[in-house]
Amino acid sequence: MQPLTAPRRAAGVAHHRDPAPSKVAYRLHRLWLTPLFRALLRVGLPAFIVTFGVGHYLGDPDRRLALAGSLADMREAVAQRPEFLVGMMVVDGASPALADAIRAVAAVGLPQSSLDLDLAAVRARIVTLDAVAEADLRVNPGGVLNVAITERVPALVWRTPEALELLDATGRRVARVLARADRPDLPLIAGEGADQMAPEALRLLAAAQPLLPRLRGLVRIGARRWDLVLDRDQRILLPPDEPVRALERIIALDQAQDLLARDIVAIDMRNQARPVLRLAPHALRELRRANGIQTVENTL
Amino acid sequence: MTDLYQSQRAMRHIRKAAMQRGVMAILDIGSAKIACLILRFDGPERLREVDGVGPMAGQSSFRVIGAATTRSRGVRFGEIAVMNETERAIRTAVQAAQKMAAVRVDHAIACFSGAEPRSYGLAGEWDLQDSVVTEQDVARVLSACDVPDIGEGREVVHAQPVNFALDHRSGLADPRGQIGNRLACDMHMLTVDAAVVQNLLYCIKRCDLELAGLASSAYVSGIASLVEDEQELGAACVDLGGGSTGLSIFIKKHMIYADAVRMGGDHVTSDIAKGLRVPLTTAERIKTKHGGVLATGMDDREMIEIGCDSGDWDKDRRAVSRTELIGIMRPRVEEILEEVRDRLEAAGFDHLPSQQIVLTGGASQIPGLDGLAARILGQRVRLGRPLRVQGLPQSVTGPAFSSVVGLCLFAAHPQDEWWDFDIPAERYPARSLKRAFKWFRDNW
Repeated sequence: MQPLTAPRRAAGVAHHRDPAPSKVAYRLHRLWLTPLFRALLRVGLPAFIVTFGVGHYLGDPDRRLALAGSLADMREAVAQRPEFLVGMMVVDGASPALADAIRAVAAVGLPQSSLDLDLAAVRARIVTLDAVAEADLRVNPGGVLNVAITERVPALVWRTPEALELLDATGRRVARVLARADRPDLPLIAGEGADQMAPEALRLLAAAQPLLPRLRGLVRIGARRWDLVLDRDQRILLPPDEPVRALERIIALDQAQDLLARDIVAIDMRNQARPVLRLAPHALRELRRANGIQTVENTL
Repeated sequence: MTDLYQSQRAMRHIRKAAMQRGVMAILDIGSAKIACLILRFDGPERLREVDGVGPMAGQSSFRVIGAATTRSRGVRFGEIAVMNETERAIRTAVQAAQKMAAVRVDHAIACFSGAEPRSYGLAGEWDLQDSVVTEQDVARVLSACDVPDIGEGREVVHAQPVNFALDHRSGLADPRGQIGNRLACDMHMLTVDAAVVQNLLYCIKRCDLELAGLASSAYVSGIASLVEDEQELGAACVDLGGGSTGLSIFIKKHMIYADAVRMGGDHVTSDIAKGLRVPLTTAERIKTKHGGVLATGMDDREMIEIGCDSGDWDKDRRAVSRTELIGIMRPRVEEILEEVRDRLEAAGFDHLPSQQIVLTGGASQIPGLDGLAARILGQRVRLGRPLRVQGLPQSVTGPAFSSVVGLCLFAAHPQDEWWDFDIPAERYPARSLKRAFKWFRDNW
């Protein structure tokens, strides 16, 4: 039997929902599909919000100060931790005197946090010392500042009017010595500009190995050429160019004819085509007399 | 006349702009459904260099990236009857297609089936100044066509030159550059009811779309469903739509006649609804599931349940035999086809060399229609489906979508129309020269 009342339908089922988008929804959908708008909304808007927010927050100077203060406090708290504390400085590879000088120059106030330590500046200060060729700084675990030093090796003694200096193989000043006797193992050079030609001096000294027992030193003449000085004030005047070859010729002459043992004041090799011997005073007369040759002496 | 010329020219410019932007919407506003496709144009045709594959009438230059169909509302006989409803339906389709394509479209090309299209054949002649035909000469001969009185409140949607003749040589497709003395042309002009077009323009404008072109759906479904030989040798395309049936005759790849019968599948549905006393939705379901027009021996035993929801148990539990259903449907379909036959006869379809008829459109899916149509329209009838374009979803490949696919082809590769040629210089209104002169006088 049918019920007397018609079956009531739920309000939503009675008429189907309109599938058509409303005009606003349609327009919004189209707007959302616009590439520029989309980029603006997805990138521009967040960027703007972040920029505006940060800008607004930092616009107040008190907040800026507070922020800077808290940041500094935080950094300080981290830097003061014992893990970062450097308590000791160790200098390796330097003589005790140099090590003392390095400690004085480095002027690192210990103990100090390794975060506050400017190793590059300390290294720059240490390298200003002449005796230091290379400095390698590192903070080792356990709070040790390790300074590894490579010393300059002195190769020459340079006599200047003021003092005696030690030079390394490149001519760089290493230290000052008080007396020649302090470093008798090193050859002596003298003269203006001698330090700049130190490599050449070393080459000459190496070539002069046979003369070594008699060698007194090298003198730079006029910042231009070398004189080799032997004992008995004998000099070998070397040319400005190719001095080693000239020296080798002299040594060959000496070995063949015993040249340097004779009564000669100087051998002038400045003009290599025409070597000149300068005899000692009276040397010729003595030679003649020894050979039994009588000559008439006159003042001319 | 010049106003329309200008507005059609403006549409062509908008179409060019849309091609440049690369995205265009295709709207088919029918009485049964509103379909929207979104095309993406990939610039120059990629297949041109490949051997053996021609430009394919511009098909290779675009790709369908969005498709949506919605039930049409407020459209009767292919004309907009309730504007708000139609606007909403267009919005639904456009939004769904946009959502699928994930791109915004601003330009649309639309087609419609109603508005009482009328065909006119025009002829014009022009004596060439110098013996070579230039583009100006083509424009002059087109404007020299004597336009018949198309009536109050009518507008021209298509005005296509179909044939050019130079002296005694006829059948020229493109006379430019040829030598002769007298240029003649035949033009096919299709006029529709202006008010209907105005309503359509207004609806599309309300959806924030710019109209880049307008076409008659009879024409575009012919483009899509006739194969190339049929277009060349002569054929008629009958687009059996929901509210109206469009027919177009093609020969030599030009449409030479178009007309519409104001009857379609919806009338069959309403006949079923009246005959069986059921609601229209039920009638539509019965028609699509069990419909047919050719009787068979099984029909008396095949009972169709009418699942209704009227509250009256006896009424809801009725069943009809398929014979009854065919008996309701067949007279109406016959009526439509007879009307089509009359229109074709009036157009002189009998005199065409080829008598091929292609049935397409949603109502052409009635089982047995080809047999019935062969009996009424002649032996050479076939059912046509739209050709396949790139990216077309499977659901949009049926015969109901031949006009929307044809509209895609139309959008990619439109035929030259009258307004594609420049206005001949001497036809410029004198006012514009005066205005130019005035501008010079005012500014210098």
